[in-house]
Amino acid sequence: MKKKVMAVIAATLALGTILVGCGSQASSQGTKHSAALVTDGGGIDDKSFNQSAWEGLESWGKSHDLKKGVNGYNYAQSSDDADFQPNINKLIKAKYATIFGIGYKLDNAISSAAKQNPKTNFAIIDSVVSGRKNVASVTFKTEQSSFLAGVAAAETTKTNKVGFVGGMQSDVIKTFEAGFKQGVKAVNPNIKVDVKYAGSFTKADVGQSLATAMFNNNEDVVYHAAGGTGAGVFTAAKNAAKSGKKVWVIGVDQDQKADGAYKGGNVTLASAVKKVGTAVKDLSNQAMKGKFPGGKTVTYDLKDNGVGLVNDNMSTKAWKAVQSYQQKIENGTIKVSPK
Amino acid sequence: MKLRTFKGLTIPLLSVAAGFLVGAIVMLLFGYNPLQNYANLFNGSFGDIYSIGETLRNMISLILTALGFAVASKAGFFNIGGPGQYLFGWFGGIVFALLFPHLPTFLLISGSLLMGAIFGGVWSMIAGVLRAYFGTSEVITTIMLNYISLYFVNYAVKAWLAKKGSDSSPNIVAKANLNTPFLKSITNNSTFNWGFFIALVVVIIVWLYFNKTRSGFEIRAVGLNEAASRYAGINVKKTIITAMLISGLLAGLGGAIDGLGNFQNISVSNNLPSVGFNGMAVALLAAENPIGIVFAALLFSALQIGGLSISVYSNTPSEIVDIVIAAIIFFVGIKYVFELILAKRRKKNNFSVKGVKSR
Repeated sequence: MKKKVMAVIAATLALGTILVGCGSQASSQGTKHSAALVTDGGGIDDKSFNQSAWEGLESWGKSHDLKKGVNGYNYAQSSDDADFQPNINKLIKAKYATIFGIGYKLDNAISSAAKQNPKTNFAIIDSVVSGRKNVASVTFKTEQSSFLAGVAAAETTKTNKVGFVGGMQSDVIKTFEAGFKQGVKAVNPNIKVDVKYAGSFTKADVGQSLATAMFNNNEDVVYHAAGGTGAGVFTAAKNAAKSGKKVWVIGVDQDQKADGAYKGGNVTLASAVKKVGTAVKDLSNQAMKGKFPGGKTVTYDLKDNGVGLVNDNMSTKAWKAVQSYQQKIENGTIKVSPK
Repeated sequence: MKLRTFKGLTIPLLSVAAGFLVGAIVMLLFGYNPLQNYANLFNGSFGDIYSIGETLRNMISLILTALGFAVASKAGFFNIGGPGQYLFGWFGGIVFALLFPHLPTFLLISGSLLMGAIFGGVWSMIAGVLRAYFGTSEVITTIMLNYISLYFVNYAVKAWLAKKGSDSSPNIVAKANLNTPFLKSITNNSTFNWGFFIALVVVIIVWLYFNKTRSGFEIRAVGLNEAASRYAGINVKKTIITAMLISGLLAGLGGAIDGLGNFQNISVSNNLPSVGFNGMAVALLAAENPIGIVFAALLFSALQIGGLSISVYSNTPSEIVDIVIAAIIFFVGIKYVFELILAKRRKKNNFSVKGVKSR
């Protein structure tokens, strides 16, 4: 028995040495820039937040003739909060020059990695990491785009009841809720806004049951700010539409028109986009030119097109109203509060 | 005895090999290079001191949740509540460390770990009591308790611990951190922490408990045959509750160690921590043997930590690791098939030997 165990151990060790020998190693040479991102729990195919960040990085990489992988652009997916730190460190070890933390949940991990690796550029989306010269913080004035979503909903509803499905009750998602409510109120203060939180960004089933309840309650426009949970909101809307109800969903983060398509129509009214991809692209470009805004907070808003409302299936009247409110926000006549 | 130990090792080893084979086949089917990816996986988990530190750190909670599952399972219960008990333990550990930051280091750390273990233990004991006195299936109650703990902890973190607008508690004081500067410096800033040694000690304690103590014997007896145990004078109700309590203590300790050693705070979570479920898989692979759990945890931890490297160094999605893990569990599940094949071969050999003799 003992002999066998020894043999197994010896074989494992031998195999280990061989494997270590042939593993591909990162080489630090090359004049081109490299960048990578770490997701916050959803995958790079979450049809929302993480995906738009990844698409931004991909398009940045392609426009500079970089390849996916070491010395180019890449992603590391986190399936648990415990993965943040190992993921960031693996990217540092693979010598990516700029590393993005996608989502406020990574702020602790980014901050401590930045302290240990002062030569690497870090960026955090949706949160502010202060006191680190190599961390750029990126925030979005999503209350502005949500305000426009509220205008669109108020101009479209026939029942004077609209709904909001949030992911988790965090500061970031609260700005969506606040903006949406203000937008609805600006058009018609008598419209009721039903606010529900799913408690998660990854539970499509919860999103579906919340939205189904809203549609059954005659709320005919639902705005979701719930990442992957939002997929369930679309499913619920499509089911309601198939059974003859006229309902709409306002998508978030990305243009979600494709998610609303079903045989016989489309339930996506509009999408309140948040151009995480643009931010990722901008920062990567700045890092490549040696002008990375480390230590600063970069804010994107309606004016610089970092957030906005995309028209998917709005009526001409509603779209016109949205555009006029957009102008008022841009020139400062209307101030949207994030709370 | 010799044969039994050998057999005990054969099936897990065959399952692991088969799992890797399935992973390789899937990679080949989709045009990825399995050798390169497995090499990256190995490098990512053992290639340097940092990775080894991460792999060992990831083992801690796997070992403890697996031990927890194994104790309940020895008593004949399927404790699916590992994730909830782990989460409660994490919560308890952090709460203690936040409440008493001025205690001397030793008291602070042992108090936090104890608090975490007790939180997990009490949570699991609820299912034990329900089972002992009302015959409620522990499978159902532990699943439900998982969700209660997820939403309760989320609420508690948000309402009591986190600053307004924030999603996570403040960080605990530096002296409560199990990931000490010394360990950091020798492992190149990994999250490896003293919890690893605590986990190893607990493994030995659980082994001794099962094999050398009366209470451990009673748990095994109840697991084998509840009616016979009652007839033999064992207090079955007490044993059930004890088994579930110990099970939860272990998972809770795992959570507290992760809280103190890895996270330093607790945040609102999207989902139940997956480590609770992975611990079950580790225990199954190790056939609930405490010593075996250490090696099974090492394998799973290496797969998880190394798996993160796969997508960094190649175009292969890191989800391939999930396929390998799932395949290993699958093969452990159908170990009956392996047993059948092995038995058939043995029969054949015996038969031919006999044949020679009779001639």
